Amino acid sequence: MNTDRPWWRLDGFYIYAVLYLTFIYLPVLFLPLFSFNDSKYIAFPLKGFTLKWYEAMINNPPMLSALMNSLKIGLAVAILSTIFGLLAAKAVTRYRMPGRGPVVGFIMIPLVIPEIILGISLLILLNLADIPLSLWTVGFAHLLLCVPFSMLVLVSRMEGFDKSMEEAGLDLGETAWMTFWRVTFPIVLPGIIASLLLTFTISFDEFVLAFFLSSIDQTLPVYIWSSLRFPSKLPSTLALGAAIFMVSFIVVTFAEWIRRRGVRLDSTSGI
Amino acid sequence: MNHDAIISFQGVSKHFGSVKAIENASFDIQRGEFFSLLGPSGCGKTTLLRMVAGFEIPNAGEIVIDGQPMSAIPPNHRPVNMVFQNYAIFPHLDVRNNIAFGMRKAGLTRAELDKRIDEALELIKLPGYGKRGADELSGGQRQRVALARALIKQPKVLLLDEPLGALDKKLREQMQIELRQLQQQIGITFLFVTHDQEEALTLSDRIAVMSEGEVMEIASPGQLYESPGSRFVADFIGSMNFFEGEITSLADSAVIVQTPVLGDVEVTGSDTAMAPGQKVWVAIRPEKMQPVFSDPGAGNNSVAGTMGPSAYLGDRSHFYVHLPQREEPVLVALQNLERSMSHLHKPNQPVWLQWTDDAVVALPRD
Ligand SMILES: Nc1ncnc2c1ncn2[C@@H]1O[C@H](COP(=O)(O)OP(=O)(O)O)[C@@H](O)[C@H]1O
Ligand SMILES: [Mg+2]
Repeated sequence: MNTDRPWWRLDGFYIYAVLYLTFIYLPVLFLPLFSFNDSKYIAFPLKGFTLKWYEAMINNPPMLSALMNSLKIGLAVAILSTIFGLLAAKAVTRYRMPGRGPVVGFIMIPLVIPEIILGISLLILLNLADIPLSLWTVGFAHLLLCVPFSMLVLVSRMEGFDKSMEEAGLDLGETAWMTFWRVTFPIVLPGIIASLLLTFTISFDEFVLAFFLSSIDQTLPVYIWSSLRFPSKLPSTLALGAAIFMVSFIVVTFAEWIRRRGVRLDSTSGI
Repeated sequence: MNHDAIISFQGVSKHFGSVKAIENASFDIQRGEFFSLLGPSGCGKTTLLRMVAGFEIPNAGEIVIDGQPMSAIPPNHRPVNMVFQNYAIFPHLDVRNNIAFGMRKAGLTRAELDKRIDEALELIKLPGYGKRGADELSGGQRQRVALARALIKQPKVLLLDEPLGALDKKLREQMQIELRQLQQQIGITFLFVTHDQEEALTLSDRIAVMSEGEVMEIASPGQLYESPGSRFVADFIGSMNFFEGEITSLADSAVIVQTPVLGDVEVTGSDTAMAPGQKVWVAIRPEKMQPVFSDPGAGNNSVAGTMGPSAYLGDRSHFYVHLPQREEPVLVALQNLERSMSHLHKPNQPVWLQWTDDAVVALPRD
């Protein structure tokens, strides 16, 4: 920012930004803080530094299996919804099909329906169809939730994509298939990565659908919720939370870097 | 079909629904020619070019390239390459890799390919730009990269769709000269699309003037300008003053046209077959009408009028001269050979317009 104002004259936006970041991050920072605190109780004053909660986390098979469940569902959902999103985005941006508006609107509906409504209606549906609850049903619900997000990300990427790029590929002697691999795919790649990260994250920390639609196999958010009733388990949950927070932070930073690279590429597609 | 034709359009038509984009185009493009398609926006130039490249399939007719019918051949197997209107430089590749894109199946070793790319960069006057990304190039540089990427494939015909349209005037004029030199240097046939008549005149060996999906006339720039075949072409290329007239008699190598405004006009060297009684347009270019300020006398190819408004254009001035019995003023263009031409810019003074015999063209009128 380039202003003539002396540094001590803070403007309103600056104050707003500081308050906003404090409000967002202060609660989150309690996680790592208490995860290293040598006490069962989440309270001040702090008692001393320990790694025993991290040890407890690693030696907690139910927690680890919940973590594995969430990772499995998250990965599968990310990949599948990105594939579906890619196909849908391609159809929407490339072909002027009749009834395009309503079809897109229909796909986007899960974005605006409250999850609890979605969860209940899916539960009723599965009951009627006599399908037993399992990780599969959770995954299916997450897929439903994630495809629209994936599509949003990819449509915006592909709308900036110039059709003459593909024609140039053909013109220079490549087949349609090789043109896809050498031209379309690399240009859309930042969008694909952004979609994978976004949908994985949505699935990974989704609670309501997972709570309604899972049986004995729990996902991580459901496991954490159920363990809140036992104070002794709480600190190791904090340790897990802190670990996830760090991983998410790295992943989001990476995604943002990719996205910025994508923006830079975008700026060249016009003249 | 001429055996020297590199492209032969044989009754080619293309319809989009009810829109007739191209109607029954039949003409040949000669080997090594710089051939332009010229016409107003929407007249079907791009469609015709895209049919040569294979991106559009004709509804009727055949396009033959170097003796080979193209209807069953997909774009990636045609011996032509295209410079796209927006250049379509691949944003994820640097300049070298953009240029190398089409050479994957050329069967060259790494060293041979590098040498070819270096030559191509030399050709487009961008040596040392190989590692630049697409976003680090100016409009003119992108245009050159698009040229190199197509030319390295050594196509039989290079297709260019308004490649200079996005450049500013100075750069465009410079690129026109370079493009013309490049074409003469490498000898590849260029099929060039533009809506800018000046650009077409500057660059081309021959020009096809198009209107609403039809080819109106094909001729060299000089022929199109000096002896156009129709009122449309005369009007589209440059400016033209038209006067209604009717042929009264035929002399040895000339026809006499009787016009209400100019009187009897002698037209020489008109190649349209003409007969007495035929209705024609007498057409005279603005720069071929000389204003004089004293009566040159009768029988001297002149007409009296009064000076109307004028426009100063730097290198030349435009004068609008009112003639009796004619509503629309006549446009006269004069080179500003002296710095002060202000004695001409006087509205309402009497003026006589003179022309030479060979300045006049007679065009069919219906
Ligand atoms: N893909 C298409 N679908 C429908 N109409 C088209 C298509 N391409 C071109 N046209 C129509 O064909 C006519 C000629 O277009 P075009 O060849 O692009 O003209 P130009 O390049 O001379 O401006 C226009 O009326 C245009 O609207
Ligand atoms: Mg066009």
